[in-house]
Amino acid sequence: MMHLKCLHRKRPGNRAFLLFIGGVLLLLVAGCGRSGGGTAVAAETEQRAIQNKGSDTLVNVALAWAEAYRVVDPTVSIAVTGGGSGTGIAALINGTVDIANASRPMKDDEINQALANGIDPVEHVVAIDALAVILNLENPVSELTIDQLADIYTGRITNWQEVGGNDAPIVLLSRETNSGTHVYFLEEVVRKGEKENKDIFAPQTLLMPSSVGITSEIRRNPNAIGYDGLGYVDTTHEKVVAVAADSNSPFVSPSVATAASGEYPLSRNLFMYTAGEPTGVVAEYFGWILGPEGQAIVAKLGFVPLTAE
Amino acid sequence: MSTLDEAPAAWQEQQPSGAPAAKRNWRETIIETVIRLCGISAVVIITLIFLFLLKEGAPAFMQVPIRDLLGVRWYPIEDMFGLLPLLVGSLLVTIGAVVIAVPLGLTTAVYLGEFAPPWLREILKPVIEVLAGIPSIVLGFLGWVALAPLIQAAGAATGLTAFTGAIILAYMALPTIISITEDALYAVPKEYRDGALALGATQWQTIWRVVLPAARSGIVIAVMLGVGRAIGETMAVMLVTGNAANIPAFGLGAWFQPVRTMTATIAAEMGEVAQGSLHYSVLFAIGIVLFLITFAFNSLATRFIGGRSRRRGGQI
Repeated sequence: MMHLKCLHRKRPGNRAFLLFIGGVLLLLVAGCGRSGGGTAVAAETEQRAIQNKGSDTLVNVALAWAEAYRVVDPTVSIAVTGGGSGTGIAALINGTVDIANASRPMKDDEINQALANGIDPVEHVVAIDALAVILNLENPVSELTIDQLADIYTGRITNWQEVGGNDAPIVLLSRETNSGTHVYFLEEVVRKGEKENKDIFAPQTLLMPSSVGITSEIRRNPNAIGYDGLGYVDTTHEKVVAVAADSNSPFVSPSVATAASGEYPLSRNLFMYTAGEPTGVVAEYFGWILGPEGQAIVAKLGFVPLTAE
Repeated sequence: MSTLDEAPAAWQEQQPSGAPAAKRNWRETIIETVIRLCGISAVVIITLIFLFLLKEGAPAFMQVPIRDLLGVRWYPIEDMFGLLPLLVGSLLVTIGAVVIAVPLGLTTAVYLGEFAPPWLREILKPVIEVLAGIPSIVLGFLGWVALAPLIQAAGAATGLTAFTGAIILAYMALPTIISITEDALYAVPKEYRDGALALGATQWQTIWRVVLPAARSGIVIAVMLGVGRAIGETMAVMLVTGNAANIPAFGLGAWFQPVRTMTATIAAEMGEVAQGSLHYSVLFAIGIVLFLITFAFNSLATRFIGGRSRRRGGQI
């Protein structure tokens, strides 16, 4: 009785297994056909693979570009890796990558090293990274200097009164420490861009696991202050603070234009470096990146596109 | 289903045939071995987990001086690995949850077990069990959307506080505490109640002096399991406590400050940390601390049950 049952049960299983094997074989055949076609085309023209490495700030954009570009030109394969701006530039100097991503300009000694290796690095600005400081719409404060922001975020100022607001405690919001935005804010605001400054965020800073965490707390808490990539800010629900680099500089509201011109202090250009002027596939790729499609991806990932001016 | 069908069939097959004893022994040996392996596997797995934690976390204790681990700042990207704020955060949230959940859970269980009319009980019990089935992240989300604004409106600087976390955790622990306590009360023999009532005790005196003490070991288990769930909970807590690694000023106000718990720290930072780095092993060291706390807590509770209630007949 038991054995009979087992046999009955096995039958449909066998059929399913055969179907599965058949399916796998079909897929394999189809796959072979396609990749065969690809290599044939690749053989006809020059280089079809692009090596791209560097900045972790830029890595998500670079990955999104590479992915979208597969649809534009399926014959080009782009390998993207992170590791940091320094890693990418070092790889460019050693000639192991076609494009190095960097969230800072190349240093003079890096350029000299590259020239010594017979490589002439060419800089391309591909996107802009701007941080907006945001408040609740009810908060009367609308302008802050970098010094005031540093005092607020290190806990030297704890009441809104001290920067011209209501008599209310300041609730500090930040991204988690593993976020690149956190590190950028730490270096440029909390430490005011000073190398030897070792200030850190006040311990009472609320660390939010996501950008959405920051914006939704800002929307409901009139005493909260936070920061976020400009692309994530919705000015109908959050107030964007105008920031001045120091007490002698004008207050500038972040926008695509002020970020691109460098007037807004919390913005930086994001770069890609090539060895010499790009040619062939790399040049086509750059054309697409700087075009409307590539820049739309920049905006989608929360950075400031170059073309929207 | 199939095993239920097969067992009697196999048994019937064996009866007429000549040598059933040997075959049965052989089968029983296998079944016994499987059951024994299952039992042992729990111990083996726990030992392996602890060894793994030790292996990954040990470098933290070697490389970071104990004085630094007992520091008051947790800021891993500058190699500040003070665990105190995290410990205080976890303690505040857990104590808050216990203070809310235990009285609420026990009274609910007493009501369900002793006072509620049967029809109401039939409605309440399943509803409470549904509460147990709500995923923790949903409760956390509820805390973020609904509870935090209320606490902010009540006067806290932000709604994301230790107290918010404590309420969410209390509601997470409640179903466990209620169901197990209610079972423990149900297991108290009817004769105990009859005896007490016959001696002239009121219903409340019977419950307070006779039924609850008799069910004590079950109640302790209920509280232990409930608290165990609370101390290890991560995602919900991460959403509603604000994650500020700060040691609030001593006093009741401490519950209305944002805190960062040990579990939330591991969850938030493990994803991005470089494997094998100092930060990575410190996160495992937090895991060891958590493990030791739960272990100590469970041993205490076990000892409490073993020592006191046996004399009362070991009911649950």
